[in-house]
Amino acid sequence: MSTNIFDEIEADAARLADLHRRLETAADDAGVLDIAYRRVDTPVGALLLAATTVGLVRVAYDVEDHTAVLARLADTVSPRILHAPARLDDAARQIEEYFAKRRTTFELPVDLRLSAGFRRSVIEHLRDIGYGHRESYATVAAAIGSPRAVRAVGTACAHNPLPVVIPCHRVVRSDGSTGQYVGGPAAKSTLLDLEAA
Amino acid sequence: MRPFEDVVAQHGPTVLRVCRAVVGPVDADDAWSETFLSALRAYPDLPGDANVEAWLVTIAHRRALDVGRARSRTPVPINTLPDRLAAHADPAERHQDLWDALGRLPTKQRQAVAYHHIAGLPFTEIAELLGNSPDAARRAAADGVKTLRKTYPKDQSA
Repeated sequence: MSTNIFDEIEADAARLADLHRRLETAADDAGVLDIAYRRVDTPVGALLLAATTVGLVRVAYDVEDHTAVLARLADTVSPRILHAPARLDDAARQIEEYFAKRRTTFELPVDLRLSAGFRRSVIEHLRDIGYGHRESYATVAAAIGSPRAVRAVGTACAHNPLPVVIPCHRVVRSDGSTGQYVGGPAAKSTLLDLEAA
Repeated sequence: MRPFEDVVAQHGPTVLRVCRAVVGPVDADDAWSETFLSALRAYPDLPGDANVEAWLVTIAHRRALDVGRARSRTPVPINTLPDRLAAHADPAERHQDLWDALGRLPTKQRQAVAYHHIAGLPFTEIAELLGNSPDAARRAAADGVKTLRKTYPKDQSA
């Protein structure tokens, strides 16, 4: 049966975009927007930024697959997730300033719920490694009181939920080589070079 | 469970078309907004095997009733629409005769037509929403389409 009349009832993209923005605001106001996210373009590729009502909960590189990252957030935190840039405006602006060399520290509320136990201790310590400084995996292990857990420090860095903002890129090998990185070795070099320049 | 953003992206257009057919282009925006806000609130409790689109249409059915009631309490003349709506209110202007034709249908026919022909709901589920039998829901949709073919003849030439 062809009932063309129903094709004339449209849902145009402009109106849907409008309605989406209304939904973002209404959901936030109603306290049901558990996770807001947006993307920001940087010299190390598009970064996904996601925030709970507490603070920034996840920064993800392209190579981590943003779709997969959002799916994991839906499973582990909440599926009430919307692309809602407003909550991330501050984070996006500070990250842009960082890459423009106009910022050396991030002043953002963070939500570290994705990191627990030993890994959490590592992540907390990383926050104390200043801009332009480097520490070896062994130094980090010693600093958190587990000098023999060098390899585990590497794993904790690889699972940093907030790369760039929490500077796991400042942790390098004892021989001075940069080592592995969640965003790939090239991204790590880019960040280290940026901070050294 | 998928991020709710995926649900909006996948089903937002169909729900908007259903809302437009049921409450008209002006109230459709509010009905859509209420629907997705309610859906977002309830989403974590939705069973994993649920038919998401049918679930959304069920919510839209209730929210459209609410919007309709609010509208009948406080009638708003069409020429006082805020600029935000007027900026691209073309669907209303382009298809005024279509909205008129739909608006003249008895409510249950309009709902049955929208839920079946736009959302693709089976008549068993439409019957639950309308509080009638699947046969009655099927007849309502058929009668609605028959009337539309008469009152909105453009349908046949398009």
